[in-house]
Amino acid sequence: MSRLAARDLVGLAGSGLRRHPLRAVLSALGIAIGVAAVVAVLGVSRSAQAELAAQLDALGTNLLRVQAGSGIGLGDAVLPASADAAASRVAPVTAVSAVADVDATVRRNELVDAAETGGIAVKAAREDLLGVLGGHVASGRFLDGALGRYPTVVLGHIAALRLGVGPGVTVWLGDQRFLVVGVLDPLPLAADLDRSALVGWEVAQARLGLSGEPTTLYLRAAPSQVGAVRDVLPAQVNPEHPENVAVSRPSDALAAQLAAEDAFTGLLLGLGAVALLVGGVGVANVMVMGVLERRGEIGLHRALGATRAHVRRQFLAEAVLLSALGGAAGVGAGAAITAAYAVTRGVAAVVPVEAVTGGLAVALVVGALAGLVPAVRAARLSPVQALRTAG
Amino acid sequence: MSPPVVQLRGVGKRYGPLHVLRDVDLELGAGELVAVVGPSGSGKSTLLNLMGTLDRPSSGEVLLDGVGAGRLGDPALAALRAGWIGFVFQSFHLLDGLDAVGNVATGLLYSGLPGRERRRRAADLLRDLGLGDRLGHPPSALSGGERQRVAIARAVLARPALLLADEPTGNLDSAAGADVLALLTALRAEGTTVVVITHDREVAATMPRRVELRDGRVVADVAAGQR
Ligand SMILES: Nc1ncnc2c1ncn2[C@@H]1O[C@H](COP(=O)(O)OP(=O)(O)OP(=O)(O)O)[C@@H](O)[C@H]1O
Ligand SMILES: [Mg+2]
Repeated sequence: MSRLAARDLVGLAGSGLRRHPLRAVLSALGIAIGVAAVVAVLGVSRSAQAELAAQLDALGTNLLRVQAGSGIGLGDAVLPASADAAASRVAPVTAVSAVADVDATVRRNELVDAAETGGIAVKAAREDLLGVLGGHVASGRFLDGALGRYPTVVLGHIAALRLGVGPGVTVWLGDQRFLVVGVLDPLPLAADLDRSALVGWEVAQARLGLSGEPTTLYLRAAPSQVGAVRDVLPAQVNPEHPENVAVSRPSDALAAQLAAEDAFTGLLLGLGAVALLVGGVGVANVMVMGVLERRGEIGLHRALGATRAHVRRQFLAEAVLLSALGGAAGVGAGAAITAAYAVTRGVAAVVPVEAVTGGLAVALVVGALAGLVPAVRAARLSPVQALRTAG
Repeated sequence: MSPPVVQLRGVGKRYGPLHVLRDVDLELGAGELVAVVGPSGSGKSTLLNLMGTLDRPSSGEVLLDGVGAGRLGDPALAALRAGWIGFVFQSFHLLDGLDAVGNVATGLLYSGLPGRERRRRAADLLRDLGLGDRLGHPPSALSGGERQRVAIARAVLARPALLLADEPTGNLDSAAGADVLALLTALRAEGTTVVVITHDREVAATMPRRVELRDGRVVADVAAGQR
């Protein structure tokens, strides 16, 4: 029996590669780039998605927004005054808050034209709005029972940036001075409020002519019942004209963003696959050259007792080792790219296990395929032929 | 009686229209030391390759230890080459990536022995051959005679029954050539059958048996006593 131990096989493959290190590195580069592309694409998109998913998770997907439907013949875009009370009577609804548009503008000082909105809407908000939205104040505080009656205002984060003010500063709402008591963090589930100045409900009624009908309700429902609640809300909120009520789920937009990431990922993965293919051709090329150059060595090994299968395995192992090294380098590079992305974006790096194992597996398969034809050709050589040509 | 180590029965070899060997009958017993001589192109290397199963005859039969090589498949032939046959090539065919010990150890590469044991035996053998201070040298750092001794060591490391040497002294001066011949003679004393191709009349004259080829035919097969 002529035998070749696995260890010796790997040793032979390694010594084959060491003979032309530069050539080996260059041909493994294609594989490395391909695998790096796959790992980095999956890692970066997965890190971004993980961030998005974590955000969704923190914000909750059980928030519903109720607005008056707008359109021809639907009248003013307001809900009945009893809308929030009616909504809270739906059993799975756990919390309801409301916002109402106020017909006023907010200005840094009285020198600014009162008709100038600056893109900032003034809205009256219930005190529990922030809790229902899952939002946070960046500085200062939110409206509460005590402040709600006084001329105080809380600014969404874009509104605060545009006005260039923070807590403790007074701004003008219409022709009255309001004290800024807080600035909010961004509200991903209610982005329109980022551009708003929020005042207390009572103050708005007393000083800014608010009639009392809410424009928008925000409510939380039991997570398993969100769909059912969504269906019954229009009739609950406006029994006479349920068609005037529009219910939406703000988290849907984020969820859609999560799904959209996949299409882009597919495209980049395709590019990675092309790089892998090119890498495979490079490996095949190097192996074909290796077989031609090493005919004498092949003949010698046959004379030393190698079977055809041993010779075939030696060249296959060399191709697979070459692409495995390329693949490992690619995984490292891909993980490094993902980590760099995560650091710059301030998110947690996620290198998916399936990207690493998949990348390596693909590298191995590419190597095996690339090595197959050269290996079979090497094994077909008759010992005398091989020895004769080598002189 | 045990069968001959090598037996050729009506062996012919053709390359296309070219008859390189014709109708060769030859029998080599255990422990024989045989010189194969003949002009260039007479088919000496071809004959050796057929004995060593590196090539197959176009006609006739090669029997090794009584078994027809033509009936053996690739694994069985490989097994013969791994343990039962040793080759020494005129051009050495040493591997530049390995040192002397590593090269000799490849003689047992397909034996199933672990690498450490292969190297240990290779080093021992090189010491016996007076190359103890050359163990770590790559072939390129060895003299022609040293390389040939390394090549012979590789061929005999697995203790083959049949050693086939194609002009092992061809590249060597007479002193180094004499060393190599002394080595082959010593192997024969251990029962190894040794076949040596040589151009050198003097070398051939020292051998107990001489087979002479001309145009692919055996034209003389004489024992030393008959001369
Ligand atoms: N694969 C082959 N294809 C064609 N012709 C071959 C082949 N192998 C050997 N020959 C021819 O067979 C003849 C004998 O070759 P061989 O190598 O056996 O000669 P030799 O006696 O060993 O010669 P030398 O002393 O020069 O080594 C030569 O004419 C050679 O050209
Ligand atoms: Mg020859």
